Amino acid sequence: MTCKANFLPFVLAKHLHAKLFTNQVVQLPTRNGYGDGLVLAGRQNPDVVVLCCDLTESTRSLAFQKEFPNRFVEVGVAEQNMMGLAAGMAAYGKVPFASSYAVFSPGRNWDQVRVSVAYAEANVKIAGAHSGISVGPDGATHQALEDIAITRVLPNMVVLAPCDAHETRKATLAAAAHHGPVYLRFTREPSPVLTTPRSPFMIGKAQVFRTGTDATIVACGPLVYEALLAAECIAGNGAAQRILRDRYPALTARLTQSALPGHTRERAQTVTVWTPESIRDLLSDIGRRDIEVINSPSVKPLDADTIAKSAAKTGRVVTVEEHQITGGLFGAVAEALAPRCPVPILPIGMPDSFGESGEPRELLEKYGMTAPFIIQAIGRLLS
Amino acid sequence: MMTIAQLERKASAIRQDCIRMLTEAGSGHSAGSLGMADIFTALYFGGIFTHDPAHPDDPHRDRLFLSNGHICPIWYTTLAHAGYCSREEMLHTLRALGTRLQGHPHRKALPPIENPSGPLGQGLSQAVGYALAAKMDRRKFQVYCILSDGEHDEGQTWEAILFAGKHRLDNVTAILDRNNIQIDGMTEDIMPLEPLRAKYEAFNWHVIEIDGHHHEQIIAACSEAKAIYEKPVLILAHTIPGKGVDFMEFQYEWHGKPPNAAEAKEALRQLRTLGGKIHGEHE
Repeated sequence: MTCKANFLPFVLAKHLHAKLFTNQVVQLPTRNGYGDGLVLAGRQNPDVVVLCCDLTESTRSLAFQKEFPNRFVEVGVAEQNMMGLAAGMAAYGKVPFASSYAVFSPGRNWDQVRVSVAYAEANVKIAGAHSGISVGPDGATHQALEDIAITRVLPNMVVLAPCDAHETRKATLAAAAHHGPVYLRFTREPSPVLTTPRSPFMIGKAQVFRTGTDATIVACGPLVYEALLAAECIAGNGAAQRILRDRYPALTARLTQSALPGHTRERAQTVTVWTPESIRDLLSDIGRRDIEVINSPSVKPLDADTIAKSAAKTGRVVTVEEHQITGGLFGAVAEALAPRCPVPILPIGMPDSFGESGEPRELLEKYGMTAPFIIQAIGRLLS
Repeated sequence: MMTIAQLERKASAIRQDCIRMLTEAGSGHSAGSLGMADIFTALYFGGIFTHDPAHPDDPHRDRLFLSNGHICPIWYTTLAHAGYCSREEMLHTLRALGTRLQGHPHRKALPPIENPSGPLGQGLSQAVGYALAAKMDRRKFQVYCILSDGEHDEGQTWEAILFAGKHRLDNVTAILDRNNIQIDGMTEDIMPLEPLRAKYEAFNWHVIEIDGHHHEQIIAACSEAKAIYEKPVLILAHTIPGKGVDFMEFQYEWHGKPPNAAEAKEALRQLRTLGGKIHGEHE
């Protein structure tokens, strides 16, 4: 099999946080990066305006509103109108950031996104907060797990799913500088800040966060941390393995005790509940391997060259995303690799299911999106 | 600027070309297009719009957002008559492969087209967003939005009405094509909308009610709308769907289809003779 790749990827291991696998790593929600990015973009460009649907604080639009009250538009609970307003403001020449929860925008107002924004090539930035299952206690209605699929399918649309607060700030600035529609998703829960302020970010570029030869993980969003954790555990990094060992006794207990009245037993039976022991056995079965980890915040345009080059080298790929496995990053990577480098790919993501209430950590575990599941998938590809 | 008599003749000529265009295309929306011919004619030829076909990007131009995109045949015809595209292109390329004149308008299809439309209910939001941005920069031009009665079934239309009322966008003039029909029948049977005037007024709009085929009334209403401060203005234009062709008038069956060759011949005869009122046929 011949696989072609023309580009040299960024090799960015040196740009990762030096103490990633210690308790010194800072935890911030990626939405904070959006809030910081908005203010910076607003200072750089007087045409940047922000619209919000009654969610100013939780989408982190508040700082922009305070600094630029005359460039902030409170739309009320009306996401369809917000997208039309944003399209009109963009037609005039403004650079509108339309902010809400991803389930509502681009969820509820998808036709407005499709026609008023994407078909019009309107210079609108759609900011989807509370993406992924880690939204937690609010439950399935508020956990956006389809937003990448429904935006990625639209012509002219750029889709960004940054991995931490730093990268979200850079993605916000990149979106403001890019002329055309952009969808930017971010998350509610604090997650490790794994990049540095100096790590580069470009629309259309993936970054190799860890080089390896035995398998490739392509990940987006805060789960990039889980991907790195999985790769380091497989490489025999004691600090990374300690994190998993420390995480699981409590988590195992919570998951096994979740058979509450009314709890769906069918699902409970399909859940793998990890213990420190079962993780140790899993790792010893795989042995020490070198796993390449690619951060792919630009789901569209996808950096197919970097991903194909890695796939050609390792021969096997796992995708990791907090999104339905249909239509999201898995779909994008599979579409990119099928014609040019068809290797086995296993997806980590939401298994064609709606979410439910619970603590973020429990939900990621129950629906199989954490490091041990990634390690397990790699094990299956290697065996 | 044209006299009222000249405007009426221009509207008739535009209706005739619209019939020719729809017949050649073999698909498209007849009734709503004919019903809005007088308003489009008055806007572009009656001195209402600030616009210049030689400088379509003039920043001082007035803007028009069409929300019910399916009546674009009448817009395309009017724009061709105003000099934004050739009459040949207008007559022969509607809905054809590779055309600028898409079945529902694409933004930038012809220079004055600011927005895509088709899915109902989106245009007023776009117009209001544009007007809000213009207000932020203290720009003086007027933003017009033409919308249908049927699309008031859409919640988004009311979201935009609420929003424009809140922001007192007096640079917005919405023109509601109140022709009482939609695809499945009469609007008051499908989903009653009345009292439309009171509803808009309750949402803090200024409402002017007119006969949408009376050029003097159209021009006067648009002038009044520009003079209103602190409120967006709705021109509630009562129109006759299929106006000028007796077998199309008031017939909701003509919402979404073009005339065949024989029907077109009869339609053109009626339009040339103003429904048999005059003997000397005019173009």
